[in-house]
Amino acid sequence: MNANQDDALIRIRGLRTVLNGKTIFSGVDLDIPSGKITAIMGPSGTGKTTLMRHITGQLAPDAGEVIVAGRNVWTLSRAGLFELREKIGYLFQNSALLTDYSVFENVAFPLRQHLRLPEEILRDIVLTKLQAVGLRGAAELMPSELSGGMVRRIALARAIVRDPMLIIYDEPFVGLDPIALNQILKLIRTLNQTLGITSILVAHELAAVRQVADSIYLIAAGKIAAHGAPDELARGETPWTKQFFAGEADGPVPFHYPAPDYATQLGLAGGKP
Amino acid sequence: MSGSSRAFAPFTAGLAQLGACGIFLVQTLRAVPRSLRYLRETVRQVFFVGAMSLVIIMTCGLFVGMVLGLQLYHTLSIFGGTAALGTVVALSLYRELGPVVTALLFAGRAGTSITAEIGLMRATDQLDAMEMMAVDPMAYVVAPRFLAGIIAMPLLACTFNALGILGAHLVGVSWLGLDNGTFWSNMTANVDIWDDVINGVWKSTAFGAVCTLIATFQGYTTPPTSEGVAYATTRTVVFSSIATLAIDFIMTAFLM
Repeated sequence: MNANQDDALIRIRGLRTVLNGKTIFSGVDLDIPSGKITAIMGPSGTGKTTLMRHITGQLAPDAGEVIVAGRNVWTLSRAGLFELREKIGYLFQNSALLTDYSVFENVAFPLRQHLRLPEEILRDIVLTKLQAVGLRGAAELMPSELSGGMVRRIALARAIVRDPMLIIYDEPFVGLDPIALNQILKLIRTLNQTLGITSILVAHELAAVRQVADSIYLIAAGKIAAHGAPDELARGETPWTKQFFAGEADGPVPFHYPAPDYATQLGLAGGKP
Repeated sequence: MSGSSRAFAPFTAGLAQLGACGIFLVQTLRAVPRSLRYLRETVRQVFFVGAMSLVIIMTCGLFVGMVLGLQLYHTLSIFGGTAALGTVVALSLYRELGPVVTALLFAGRAGTSITAEIGLMRATDQLDAMEMMAVDPMAYVVAPRFLAGIIAMPLLACTFNALGILGAHLVGVSWLGLDNGTFWSNMTANVDIWDDVINGVWKSTAFGAVCTLIATFQGYTTPPTSEGVAYATTRTVVFSSIATLAIDFIMTAFLM
């Protein structure tokens, strides 16, 4: 572990998860340092989102400890879990905006549910967050009227509206044009530097991740395959890092899902019986 | 799987669903006190499942009453008892037809929309997003709809009954020439507020609870796929209809 354990906001030990008979994690140990941006990377289907669901108490692991801000998530009562979640901002992979509410009401939703703020103050906070993601002008639109990239930026505004201690970005760069992507990167960096918010970034885009992340965990085959600073990992010589960061088809991660012999399946001569 | 266990598989799956629905009912009832802080959401749902169902309920109530008036007038005229038309129509509507037909229409109109809405919320992670924002979906989404169904169903049944009696009056009095005073006076003399009207209200309240429970349960537990949502809405109509008729029999037996 590179992170200083005393500074870790999240500490995971001996995490084991089996879903539908498939082993997702087989003894993962991981520390997310406080006030840093930590990226979680790995091949598709390797369990990155599942890991986030363990951290936020949405999915119970089969074994292991998940400690967030000094509290074991899986020993908390529902009220305790909700108290913890109030301090966490979560950007969902598919944004998960409330489709019956306008952009403004979506961003205002967490404030209305938990705080009794005067309408003017609430309005100012929401407009500030919308301004940060460049969509103040879209406040009155409905989610169905937005493009995919705009929906993602609104979801980000909602995730940060309560200035959480931890923000989890699950695939924040998908569907963004280069301008929006740059702005989101800037925003992630600003939130981290000015407010000291701890961030977890689940992403595949190495170029973008390198610009903001302090460290990267590479997850593969149910374990931590590599951990280190972005540049260090990009130069990595292990089979995992070489294949993942170079995007090679051949390596420890098979490109093809297990299947019978191709030639045999096509009925061609020479196929294995 | 052995042959016998395969034969019992649908039965055990049905029992598992019933058990899960029972647990869901307990969770919903526990969420009701917490949902009182979302009173505005409950009022919004009463509008969606109640007021928005008024057109179909009123139209169907009118036609059911007209058919009843026509059929009963001809049947009663065989025995020279057309004077009892108002009474028979009112008793049929208050005791049985009003609550039952309203519940069946409610399941088709409001129940399916509740299931589809919650199912899509599940499929698009909106329920998970609420959980992540420390908002309990049982209290914010399920309980207000459950309460709205319980509030709206008796009101809709009363509307259905009123329009049904009006339809029977149109046919019996305005069209077939039955005396207006006879129609109303026989009805008011023979219909009891407690035995007939209030019992019907109890029935429709129970149907409201069952239909919205089934609709919310199906939506909440639907697989997050388009096929899953489609099956869930179908199951809502089928299960609500069966449950309504079965509960109607049980309640009739106890309330007679």
